Amino acid sequence: MQTGIKANQSASLPEHPERATLEGKNKVLGVWFFLGGETVLFASFFGTFLALRDGTANGPSGAELFSLPLVFIMTMLLLTSSLTSVLAVWAMQSNEYRKMQRWLTLTVLLGFGFLAFEIFEFVEYAHQGLRFSTSAFSSAFYTLVGCHGAHVTFGLIWIILLQLQGMKKGINLTTAPKYYVASLYWHFIDVVWVFIFTVVYLMGKVG
Amino acid sequence: MSQPTLEQKPEKDRKKGFGQTLWEWLTTVDHKKIGIMYLVSGGLFFLIAGVQAMLIRIQLMVPENDFLTAFTYNELLTMHGTIMIFFAAMPILVGFMNAIVPLQIGARDLAFPFLNALGFWLFLLGALLLNVSWFMGGAPNAGWTNYVPLSSGYEGSGIDFYVLGLQISGFGTLITGINFLVTIINMRAPGMTLMRMPMFTWTALTMSALILFAFPPLTAGLFLVMFDRIFDANFFDVAAGGNVIIWQHLFWIFGHPEVYILILPSFGIISEVIPTFAKKRLFGYEAMVFATILIAFVGFMVWAHHMFTVGLGPFVNVLFGIATMIIAVPTGIKIFNWLFTLWGGRIQFTAASLWALGFIPTFVMGGVTGVMVSVAPADYQYHDSYFVVAHFHYVIVGGVVLAVFAGLHYWWPKMFNRKLNEPLGKATFWLFLIGFHLTFFVQHFLGLWGMPRRYFTYIGGQGLDTGNLISTVGSLLMGGASVLLLINIIMTAIRGVPADHDPWDGRTLEWATPTPVPKYNFAQIPQVRGLDAYWLAKMEGKKDLPAAEPPGPIHMPSPSIIPFIMALGLFISGWGFCLHSFYEDSFIPYLIGIIGLVIAFGCMAIHSLIDDPGIHIEPSEHNKERET
Repeated sequence: MQTGIKANQSASLPEHPERATLEGKNKVLGVWFFLGGETVLFASFFGTFLALRDGTANGPSGAELFSLPLVFIMTMLLLTSSLTSVLAVWAMQSNEYRKMQRWLTLTVLLGFGFLAFEIFEFVEYAHQGLRFSTSAFSSAFYTLVGCHGAHVTFGLIWIILLQLQGMKKGINLTTAPKYYVASLYWHFIDVVWVFIFTVVYLMGKVG
Repeated sequence: MSQPTLEQKPEKDRKKGFGQTLWEWLTTVDHKKIGIMYLVSGGLFFLIAGVQAMLIRIQLMVPENDFLTAFTYNELLTMHGTIMIFFAAMPILVGFMNAIVPLQIGARDLAFPFLNALGFWLFLLGALLLNVSWFMGGAPNAGWTNYVPLSSGYEGSGIDFYVLGLQISGFGTLITGINFLVTIINMRAPGMTLMRMPMFTWTALTMSALILFAFPPLTAGLFLVMFDRIFDANFFDVAAGGNVIIWQHLFWIFGHPEVYILILPSFGIISEVIPTFAKKRLFGYEAMVFATILIAFVGFMVWAHHMFTVGLGPFVNVLFGIATMIIAVPTGIKIFNWLFTLWGGRIQFTAASLWALGFIPTFVMGGVTGVMVSVAPADYQYHDSYFVVAHFHYVIVGGVVLAVFAGLHYWWPKMFNRKLNEPLGKATFWLFLIGFHLTFFVQHFLGLWGMPRRYFTYIGGQGLDTGNLISTVGSLLMGGASVLLLINIIMTAIRGVPADHDPWDGRTLEWATPTPVPKYNFAQIPQVRGLDAYWLAKMEGKKDLPAAEPPGPIHMPSPSIIPFIMALGLFISGWGFCLHSFYEDSFIPYLIGIIGLVIAFGCMAIHSLIDDPGIHIEPSEHNKERET
């Protein structure tokens, strides 16, 4: 394991190792397209949520439940994790393996922090009477925010798997595109959260 | 029978057992083999849904018929539409794209061969899941549009199979779309600029973009129905604050682009067949490209024309009506360009060109009724009547199916190394064309005379009897034509003679490859000098295309069973969730559902962890082959 890393560190990488091979180029472009499709998926869930957010039936509404300080902390955690994932990619591009792994670890920790708050939030809402089947609002809320949470979970498992692979393979022309596209995906999740924060929580509280 | 080549190693071939052959097809990542698998399974579903259509027509042959019960009729109607759209038309077109696009752009495979195989297995197992419903509580019966709240709150377990089957195959379609986008953008041979791409590749590119942006709304909508049905969500439960129009919007935001997902590659096929058999360059190539893109773009802004009678208001109706009419303009450009390509050409009336020539007037008729139904006030009259049934069969059968048959006769020699029988192909064409117009032309009038869509029977003596009888007779002729095609295929497989590598004196790169096409397509990637690259080379008196690279080792991905297992995992998962209505208040359905997901995601992780070293083919090997 150790020698693998050393061998990879001594080898010189091109400036953009993620795009140096055709496979790498294909992967990066493919993930960009995938994120385009994901955007439409989330747009559909946002549209559904906006149409149903007043359909609270006899259940609690967002204005009654949402706590902005909690959501603020979650936002900060996720936004910071986006920053650390950029730093990881920069470290990857300058072939600094250890640095990259450190930033990735921090990204994962921040992501888990976000997820823990989200689970806490959902459990709390359920206790206060907002279950998945309470009203159209509750179904739309849990579907939209839960879909985002599922994406965060998937991203975390993905990055951890890449970290484990990295221990064996280091940074090379095969693994570089993998780190890069995982980071792209992670940014995307972040951007979606910004919209959730605005549309679901801020507009739910004030609008 | 097939030409022996070094690569196929005939001695070994003969010894290959059934198990080994099966394993080879289950694990293949070769775009040519996957193309054949798409074509075969799509063809099979075409026959199944065709038989369902005939049963529907037999039921409607005479008034107050009791050949089918109303319930079975609804099931057949739903399955006919769903299978034809999702599991016949689309896979057959994707099959052509798989087989032909890499050859047309001078590539050795798609950008992601692994995902290509995964896309196929997801489609096939999703389709099988839908069809399992027949044996488990009955097929879905809420129409192919699956409108809520009928589907979300009132119908039986069949709807779960519809939702999950389409969901699984939809994932497959989505990744296939991404695959083609990346392939066509990144992997064209040197010199093949975007404006030198063959029209079929252009339409494949636009169709893939449509898939990318149209399928996610369907995914979202299917999730909503699934959550309402299985997890007691309230999206469509008005009493709990829900809204039933959401499904209609999501479905048609997907559904209308879906029409262009089907018709654009069909246009592409026609744009290949007509120049080849008119012996002329495609007239107005640039305008054709522009028209294709414009249709795709505007195609996203017309979905509410399916909802004119919902009550969205006159403003919305006018807006969507005008957008719909605008689509007729680029479509008209295409029609005229085909006509001008034929104008002054030396037209060869082969089977393939007959299908293409039959396509033009037939599709125009569907287009004209399309403009008619886009007039919102008039649509109140046409809506949910047989007029609409006639309209969309004119565009889907008269457009997509005729084009698919043209493509079938055109590319068969490249895909299967043999030419289909020409006289039989022409007989099939005439029988099908006459049967088609007999079936659907009269349905325009049935609709205007008041026959509603989706009713399982009607009362006699209202002026509908003769029209329905004619329609049924026509459908039997189409059925006969399909049997002729099958006979043709079987005869060709048994007695066909090996085809030349360029049997039609073609224009595009796929005809420059040897037949059978070697695994790696091109020993050396060709250098492209213009539109219709192979034709240009032939006109310069060259036998081969100029190469863009020196001979070298070729790297090909290795076969893998993971795509199949991954799709199987999702199949198991979907099947598990479908069990919820059979085992109420039991955790078993959810357990099976989760186990399936674990299998699928586990496969994903394994694929990520293991690097594929691939297979290297040395120059000496492919040189030997070229000499034979």
